[in-house]
Amino acid sequence: MDLIDDDGPDGESGPGDNTHEFTVSEISGAVKRVVEGEFAHVRVRGEVGRVSRPRSGHVYLDLKDDRSVLSGVIWKGVAGRLPTQPEEGLEVIATGRLTTFPGQSKYQMVIEDIRPAGAGALMAMLEERKKKLAAEGLFDPARKRPIPFLPEIIGVVTSPSGAVIRDILHRLRDRFPRKVLVWPVAVQGAKCAPEVVRAIEGFNALTPGGPLPRPDLIIVARGGGSIEDLWGFNEESVARAAAASGIPLISAVGHETDTTLIDYVSDYRAPTPTAAAERAVPVRLDLLAWVDQQDARLTRAMTQATGQRRQRMMDLARALPRPETLVATAAQRLDLWGERLPRALIAVTRDKRVALADAAAALRPATLRRGLVDRRQAVGGLSARLAPALVRTLADGKRRLDDRARGLRLSVIERDTARKRGDLDRLAARLATAGRAQTGGWRDRLEALERLRQTLGYTETLKRGYAVVRAGDGVVTRKADAEVQGALEIEFADGRLGVIPGGGGAAGGKPKKPKAPPPEQGSLL
Amino acid sequence: MSDKPVEEMSFEEAMKALEDVVGRLESGDVPLEDSIKLYERGAALKKRCETKLKEAEEKVAAITLDESGAPKGTQPFDTP
Repeated sequence: MDLIDDDGPDGESGPGDNTHEFTVSEISGAVKRVVEGEFAHVRVRGEVGRVSRPRSGHVYLDLKDDRSVLSGVIWKGVAGRLPTQPEEGLEVIATGRLTTFPGQSKYQMVIEDIRPAGAGALMAMLEERKKKLAAEGLFDPARKRPIPFLPEIIGVVTSPSGAVIRDILHRLRDRFPRKVLVWPVAVQGAKCAPEVVRAIEGFNALTPGGPLPRPDLIIVARGGGSIEDLWGFNEESVARAAAASGIPLISAVGHETDTTLIDYVSDYRAPTPTAAAERAVPVRLDLLAWVDQQDARLTRAMTQATGQRRQRMMDLARALPRPETLVATAAQRLDLWGERLPRALIAVTRDKRVALADAAAALRPATLRRGLVDRRQAVGGLSARLAPALVRTLADGKRRLDDRARGLRLSVIERDTARKRGDLDRLAARLATAGRAQTGGWRDRLEALERLRQTLGYTETLKRGYAVVRAGDGVVTRKADAEVQGALEIEFADGRLGVIPGGGGAAGGKPKKPKAPPPEQGSLL
Repeated sequence: MSDKPVEEMSFEEAMKALEDVVGRLESGDVPLEDSIKLYERGAALKKRCETKLKEAEEKVAAITLDESGAPKGTQPFDTP
């Protein structure tokens, strides 16, 4: 009954009185058994809160609704298999069991499977992403690169097994066999998005013509599946890698009705993998036929061009008149004029001879002589006018010179000289004033410095009652030194006095030549 | 007419150039001298197109990856 007494002060008997006493571990174990027994398999609907993914590979997350929070853990092995990776804000249904964590008085859910709570939840998240990427301009049609007409090398990012790669290769072979590099990736599950991103980036990183040649075109393909299966292609990282690809990219994910995020950023969205192969290459046989056709047109056009010209030449040749008819008229006219030529020559000669006879008749020496006399008279007239003209020109020049000379006056020069002399005097006066001011300043400073020197000198100290003791050329500052001297000289402010140490009285009439102490001597100052 | 040598043209470039040559020759208003040059160019372009079409060789390889996921080489790819 001790136990009961301890448990309650009333000490009355009742069901409470018999309550078993647990240790902490016992009660924790009991709770664990109850919780794990009762909630060995539960489905919980809630919104994913904070998600953390430490390096261990386990995923820790919170499930929450508007009032409560439930801690959850997804062990590493399970996390890798999940078709949908938990993301913050996603409405999910988690399946698993509850367990307790006695060390911290906590319980949590061990999640075995996690699915979006209906397609609506995923679609809502996808819509959010679409809006975000569209706002960044990643869906802009101007960003889309043209798909090459005939790529040399095609890079295919898809699962190496399955119908998709087979369909693509078959269709390529049918249309135009090409070099194909397959980059194997997981097309669903947690590894899907990172592997697809790495593949797109990896193809872009290859060097054209290298040992692993860079493709001219990338096809990212996957067959149909549920929205959860296709979810990797809705990841933002995949869309961004596709948008950043320098190589034109065709997306072909799922069936025609499935549109994933990568389809919005790819340069061409093919409804199916087969359609992607069709967009990737033209049909070789069609092209061969086309080339033949062009060849035929080329030959026909050339034949036609020469044929038409030949025809035209023949037509023109036919229209040419006969050569004889071209010259007949001319020949007739030649005959006619040829006949008239000698007669015309004879007539002309006759006329000229008559004209010569007339002209010769007028030519006589008297006529020549008359011409000479006339010219001599003209020369005589001109030479008579020559001398007066010279005299007149000289007179004119002299008159102009006189005019100028009168205008030349000494007074103008004198006035100018006087003005300049005035300027010189003023400048000289200013120079003298400035000089005086300058030397005055220097003198004042010199006097001030001299006063300062006097003040600082030891002679001023003498005026205050100190004396300098000298012996010969040295200054004596110690008694011991003074005692050994024969004669000392004491300098006062008003003069010097010679003394004999120990002897008393003045030493001789003529003081020994004093030696000026060094002005900088510290002991005096 | 492009300055690029015919031997360096891609199929598509050669195709466009050939179309252009045929079109001009068919228009019939090219002087005879030029039309002969055009015809020769057309023949070269046609040959280039055929060469590119003959390069239809199928070769499929799968990229092999190292532990870090970086490409290290290729291996023949057998259609499953």
